[in-house]
Amino acid sequence: MQHLISMRDLDSVHINALIERAGLIESGREKPDLSSKVMGALFFEPSTRTQLSFDTAMKRLGGKVITISGTKGTSVEKGETLADTVKIINQYADIIVVRHYNEGAARYISEQVDIPVINAGDGANQHPTQSMLDLYSIQKTQGTLHNLTIALVGDLKYGRTVHSLVYALSAYNPTFYFVSPEALAMPDYILEDLDRLGMNYTVRGSLDDIVPELDIMYVTRIQQERFADPEEFEKVKNAYIIRAAMLGGVKENFKILHPLPRVNEIDTDVDGLPCAYYFQQAKNGVFMRQAILSTLLQQ
Amino acid sequence: MDKKLKVDPIKEGTVIDHIPANKALQVLSIIKPEEDDVVTVGVNFASRKYGRKDIVKIEGRELSKSDINSIALIAPDANVIIIRDYQVINKYPVQIPRQIEGLARCGNPRCITNNEQMSTRFVAVERNPVRLRCAYCERVFDGDALELVTSA
Repeated sequence: MQHLISMRDLDSVHINALIERAGLIESGREKPDLSSKVMGALFFEPSTRTQLSFDTAMKRLGGKVITISGTKGTSVEKGETLADTVKIINQYADIIVVRHYNEGAARYISEQVDIPVINAGDGANQHPTQSMLDLYSIQKTQGTLHNLTIALVGDLKYGRTVHSLVYALSAYNPTFYFVSPEALAMPDYILEDLDRLGMNYTVRGSLDDIVPELDIMYVTRIQQERFADPEEFEKVKNAYIIRAAMLGGVKENFKILHPLPRVNEIDTDVDGLPCAYYFQQAKNGVFMRQAILSTLLQQ
Repeated sequence: MDKKLKVDPIKEGTVIDHIPANKALQVLSIIKPEEDDVVTVGVNFASRKYGRKDIVKIEGRELSKSDINSIALIAPDANVIIIRDYQVINKYPVQIPRQIEGLARCGNPRCITNNEQMSTRFVAVERNPVRLRCAYCERVFDGDALELVTSA
């Protein structure tokens, strides 16, 4: 594995190896030494959690971090091409972590440099390290990735985390429910891919009676700015709020995941329930990113 | 029925038949004949199979499969006929290559290929009808829905 750009590039051997390594790092049985390494964090699009998670991952393994945050005041604002910007970072850093507003930017960057590149989100396309930490969280809570029933709830149209996740799980025979307002439904090009892969999925407008069947509910935020008509947003916003009262009769292994930040789509009355796993999920992100950084840096 | 050919047969070279009507010039923009190639273009010929079709003949040059397969993007049912001494020595249908570089623009305005000075690349996910995935933004498009880079 030279770069981590898209979940499409990872087969189950890569995925399993990274999950195993994250577990070894979390348990303290493995501590890679990145003290001689510099991570170039290029966050052309703002991020809080992902950027801090990568920073933490690198620094806890002894590595150093150099950062571009946004484009204001940078050479990009002066008109420098993306290719030139990253070729310069190539001279300073041992690995690049990039978030960019254009889809495909991380792939393009990986073709311009001779150091490993990690995609930390490219527009609405992929966010593979989020998918990997999601998989790690699912493996930890379920003991397996195979044959799980998973509802993806909320913004399935623009949510790159859910796009990455469905591909990530495709090798493990999942049953998916895609639950969203019609305006934010899973894009056709992804459903066509799932059809090609022979995957089992149902598109629904509500959670209704499916909660007791679920192993995992993966919730994403519905953003008002995604709706052309604010009235349309007002109509649907409450239909996708998860409350403790909706979670009666769930399976013992049932967990709720969320890539965060949350606004109100999971009511705080869920936070104390055994099924609320989103904060541990964020912590798992550091271990998974440590596993990814160490693997790509061959440490 | 008058079976007379509307264009003269060629002695040596390549004939591309069963191009969809009015697409011949786009086909030429993909295969880019040499400046001194003698090229005959037929537009809107009657076709029993397709109703109307275009045809292109390039004299004196045998195009290789790699030269020509990219035209499957706009002419997925085209046939290529190689002629030597007025005889058909090879005839084969075009087949979309696994990868197409620099020929078509990505249909996603947020794709990096539409925002940086760079070449596009598509990977074929289906051959007939042609469906292509942008190697960068990963969106899938119908081959005939993509705008050619070389088209005006």
